[in-house]
Amino acid sequence: MPDDKRVAVLGAGMHPWGKWGRNFVEYGLAAAGDALSDAGVAWTDVQYVSGADTIRNGYPGFIAGATFAQALGWTGARVSSSYAACASGAQAVSNARAQILAGLCDVALVVGADTTPKGFFTPVGGDRKDDPDWLRFHLLGATNPTYFALYARRRMELFGATETDFAAVKVKNARHGLENPYARYRKEVTIDEVLSSPMVADPLRLLEICATSDGGAALVLSSMEFARRHAGSDKLVTIDAVSTVTPRYPQTVIEMPNFSTDSAASTSTPGPTFKQSVALAAYEEAGIGPEDINVAEVYDLSSALELDWYEDIGLCKEGEAERMLRDGDTTIGGRIPVNPSGGLSCFGEAIPAQAIAQVCELVWQVRGQAEGRQVEGARVGITANQGLFGHGSSIIVAS
Amino acid sequence: MPSAKTRVPAIDGWFTLDDDAPTLLGSRCTSCGTYAFPKETFFCRNPGCQGKEFAEAPLSRRGTVWSYTDACYQPPKPYVAADPYMPFSIAAVELAAEQMVVMGQVVPGVGVDELSVGTEVELVLDTLYEDDEHEYIVWKWKPVSGGSEVSDA
Repeated sequence: MPDDKRVAVLGAGMHPWGKWGRNFVEYGLAAAGDALSDAGVAWTDVQYVSGADTIRNGYPGFIAGATFAQALGWTGARVSSSYAACASGAQAVSNARAQILAGLCDVALVVGADTTPKGFFTPVGGDRKDDPDWLRFHLLGATNPTYFALYARRRMELFGATETDFAAVKVKNARHGLENPYARYRKEVTIDEVLSSPMVADPLRLLEICATSDGGAALVLSSMEFARRHAGSDKLVTIDAVSTVTPRYPQTVIEMPNFSTDSAASTSTPGPTFKQSVALAAYEEAGIGPEDINVAEVYDLSSALELDWYEDIGLCKEGEAERMLRDGDTTIGGRIPVNPSGGLSCFGEAIPAQAIAQVCELVWQVRGQAEGRQVEGARVGITANQGLFGHGSSIIVAS
Repeated sequence: MPSAKTRVPAIDGWFTLDDDAPTLLGSRCTSCGTYAFPKETFFCRNPGCQGKEFAEAPLSRRGTVWSYTDACYQPPKPYVAADPYMPFSIAAVELAAEQMVVMGQVVPGVGVDELSVGTEVELVLDTLYEDDEHEYIVWKWKPVSGGSEVSDA
């Protein structure tokens, strides 16, 4: 792959996920500090800061890029801030990459962090009758798990997925995350424990729905030329694709926070679904296919949703995800391990940090540094992520 | 249930207040024929269409369940929950003519055990919540046959 499409990852850092209840800036700073020291780059040498925003506090998180730049000490570095729901971190990576590939800077810091309230995510307050996110709570009582459950039930009726399959995803991810120092939940669970946890949105139970967490993640990215000079080597970890595509019309799968799908009445046959197209664009950009992937970090907002992703990122055909899971293909040691970090199942979601955290895990995997959860021989990994309002992302990391 | 309260829609213009045969009110692009719900008012969502004019379109009153779930825990505000909280089912329903899926609560008394992908449902009106003077009305889906008759009691 030519240098004009790739950027190098010099460093990765995270603050452990949890429910720490402190200001999000603190988690971002810890992650940024770790990423800079992992990279061997001084903060004063960073030319561009790309922040992923949280929307806590009623507006985009104190404008996150600048908040982190100020906390690290103003240096005059250029700055941007991205809000794209769950894909905020990927957009921040995308911004930094564009600056580097355009030759506008050599070294960029990407950082995202969040402090979340307990319980269901809720819309912005007030009487907001023009906001579909507000209206779906008000008129339907539709929470995020409502939508996850619609997809899960559809898998059961179309492909014969069982509640035990969904529980088995949780059991797998809980085991994967046991040794991950950044994971919030590091405890094995059994199928019985999952199936005896309270039902939240039938068929999904409490232990199968991702929690809301505090956490922070950061990356130091650079041009390939700078990285070779800096490392004195051609052996680099690179980002080979960043997909942040929007859905294609007509979007025929119901998505948060909508009341309806697009109508397919006046158009030709719908193309790939949104989640499929997010990964397809990444593969196309990197010039590779699913057969080249050794490891994947996908957005398991629910246990069942992880199965959808196996198909959406092309690891298997539609309807075959349960078989992949049952055969152990996606367990560490299997053919293509999925969520070796433990996934959202072990982390919970710290929205603006999460897409960055997925990349951090892949960086450690392709470097062979994922202690206690290493996928043997991992060289190429893919992330996949999707959130509110037509935002999604997929990033390909290679060594 | 008899009530002296004034019945008002929980949101204006999304459905008719016709108790016998209510319909959702979507829009249809006068250029390409695309449906939308809620109504489109500015610009057609079909990227191949430049349409800016829309006719009000009553949507099909019947459809089939695309998928379904329930809300075992009380949803947070701005949902206005009954006290004590009563769990309810939610369905995403495919409308054949419009080739779209529309969500709605399922009428009280119909649990997920009584629903399947493909269950035929029809649109009805029901109370979403009440205050001292008003009953706020919303659309809900109701299985055409089978299901519980509690809501008709």
